[in-house]
Amino acid sequence: MSAAKVILVLGDDVSTDVIYPGRYMATVLPTETPQYAFADLGPFNARLKAGDVPAGSVVVAGKNFGCGSSREQAVSTLKGHELVIVASSFARIFLQNAINLGLRLVEAPGLAASEGDELEIGAAEAVNRTAGKRSAVRPLPAARQAIIDAGGLIPYTRRRLLERAGGR
Amino acid sequence: MGMTVVEKILARAAGRATVAVGDVVEPAVDLAMSHENAALVINQFVEVFRGTGLAPAVWDSSRIAIIFDHRVPAESPKTATNQKKVREFVAANGIAKFHDIRGDKGGICHQILPENGYVRPGAVVVGTDSHTTSHGALGAFAFGIGATEMASVWTLGYAVNVEVPATIRVEVTGALPEMVSPKDVILHLVGKLGAAGATFRVLEFHGDAVRAMPTSGRLTLCNMAVEAGATAGIVPADAETLRYLREEAGVQDAVVPVVPDADAVYERTVEVDAAGLAPQVACPHTVDHVRPVGEVSGRHVDQIVIGSCTNGRLDDLATAASILRGKKVAAGTRMLVFPASGRIYQDALAAGYVADLVRAGAVVMNAGCGPCLGVHEGALGDGEVALSTTNRNFKGRMGNPASEVYLCSPAVAAASALTGVITDPRQGGAR
Repeated sequence: MSAAKVILVLGDDVSTDVIYPGRYMATVLPTETPQYAFADLGPFNARLKAGDVPAGSVVVAGKNFGCGSSREQAVSTLKGHELVIVASSFARIFLQNAINLGLRLVEAPGLAASEGDELEIGAAEAVNRTAGKRSAVRPLPAARQAIIDAGGLIPYTRRRLLERAGGR
Repeated sequence: MGMTVVEKILARAAGRATVAVGDVVEPAVDLAMSHENAALVINQFVEVFRGTGLAPAVWDSSRIAIIFDHRVPAESPKTATNQKKVREFVAANGIAKFHDIRGDKGGICHQILPENGYVRPGAVVVGTDSHTTSHGALGAFAFGIGATEMASVWTLGYAVNVEVPATIRVEVTGALPEMVSPKDVILHLVGKLGAAGATFRVLEFHGDAVRAMPTSGRLTLCNMAVEAGATAGIVPADAETLRYLREEAGVQDAVVPVVPDADAVYERTVEVDAAGLAPQVACPHTVDHVRPVGEVSGRHVDQIVIGSCTNGRLDDLATAASILRGKKVAAGTRMLVFPASGRIYQDALAAGYVADLVRAGAVVMNAGCGPCLGVHEGALGDGEVALSTTNRNFKGRMGNPASEVYLCSPAVAAASALTGVITDPRQGGAR
């Protein structure tokens, strides 16, 4: 179990346009995208940029987090701040991108939380210690876990490449 | 046990006799498409090879397509530099399916691929764009992926760890009434399923309304399958698919349709009564917030937008031109039109549609993604309202979180341009 503080609470259908607005899409480097995280949520973006949000802080959202575009910046921007996203469900491409880049997502349907709450997140359960609520955590399919275990899709693909080069 | 279209495609591409929902397969990729975000794919691709002692080499340059469309012509030095880097990569790797910023052969990736015959029934198509679902219109399994996943495909030639998705059968019955279009069908369906209603599912389209639909309309249907969360939308290939590939895409070689087995297993069936459908409007700020046009008519509109990978095709421009011909865009409302490709632009010029639109007061822009994603043109002012034939209306989508975007068909957009308020095209536009 890891303990973490809820830093932001959002609703359903948080789109990639909210996470990383399209007008910043010409910026692609993971070292540069973090400055535009939630750019249109001005005060929160300002806190992120000021270094006011500790690594491991949690964003809690409803269903379909990350819906919309396939833009990978929406993941690298959150990864850059080492945020953890706890949501009722995730949109498919966002989920896959997060796994590929090592952004931590936790699917905990219906977990109620307010900003400032303390969460404990385990493999099977997420507990809101402040509110005394808990939710089951849905495990990732094994096929996706293999990419996480490899440290992301780049090392995973590199390994496959070397297996092929060596005649698998 | 019978298989759906996508199950058959995945079985073939994974070298297996059969697959079932939930199986993990690694399908060979027939076509890998990127746009400007190829700049990021290139970075990740080089990273894969780092420390291996191997020179970065794509698995098959003939199966890679790169089309500039999101920010054309470049809006900033940063974009221009990214595009330059991609051009250099294309030249160094001999990528022939490259469409640069050109008035003749350029355009939106989801129009360029079909009109050049790059997509065939039964193919596995991946694209670093969520609307890659469009290509299901030609009976292919086409889905969006991220840039890192594309770097993996460029390296290996297959998609790793793909779970076979369940399929929802969509039956669109009856004939579409006058002024009701494929866009209205898909808006209605997204409203019915919800924004996450088909997540990790495929929408397989059937019914007489779909059979009667030209490929352009099927592209609209499949384009927005992702707005219900679907991995892919697909129309099983038929005579119309063959006609399109032969007559419009110039395909000469053998085309082999893939159709579902009679005993294919669907997760469920959803029915849409096309004959009873009214024009639909998706209201701010989610695509599933859909209402019949009558419930929102009269709402003032500052900017009309017609175009995009959803509705920038020749029949869409024809519809708009027929409504606007000899009339004027209302004072207090501006209208932007952007054809989906250079070829469509030329055809619209030849047919007189461009002249009809320009004389009515519309601004016809170059082929590309235009204002849809809020990057570099057609921005909205604070408190302004857009009515658009594009596919997303999320807060901030067109570049300003203090504005609102409504989504509709070309007929609703054109009729509303004449009045300056959201208007039912069945009641005539001009007042």
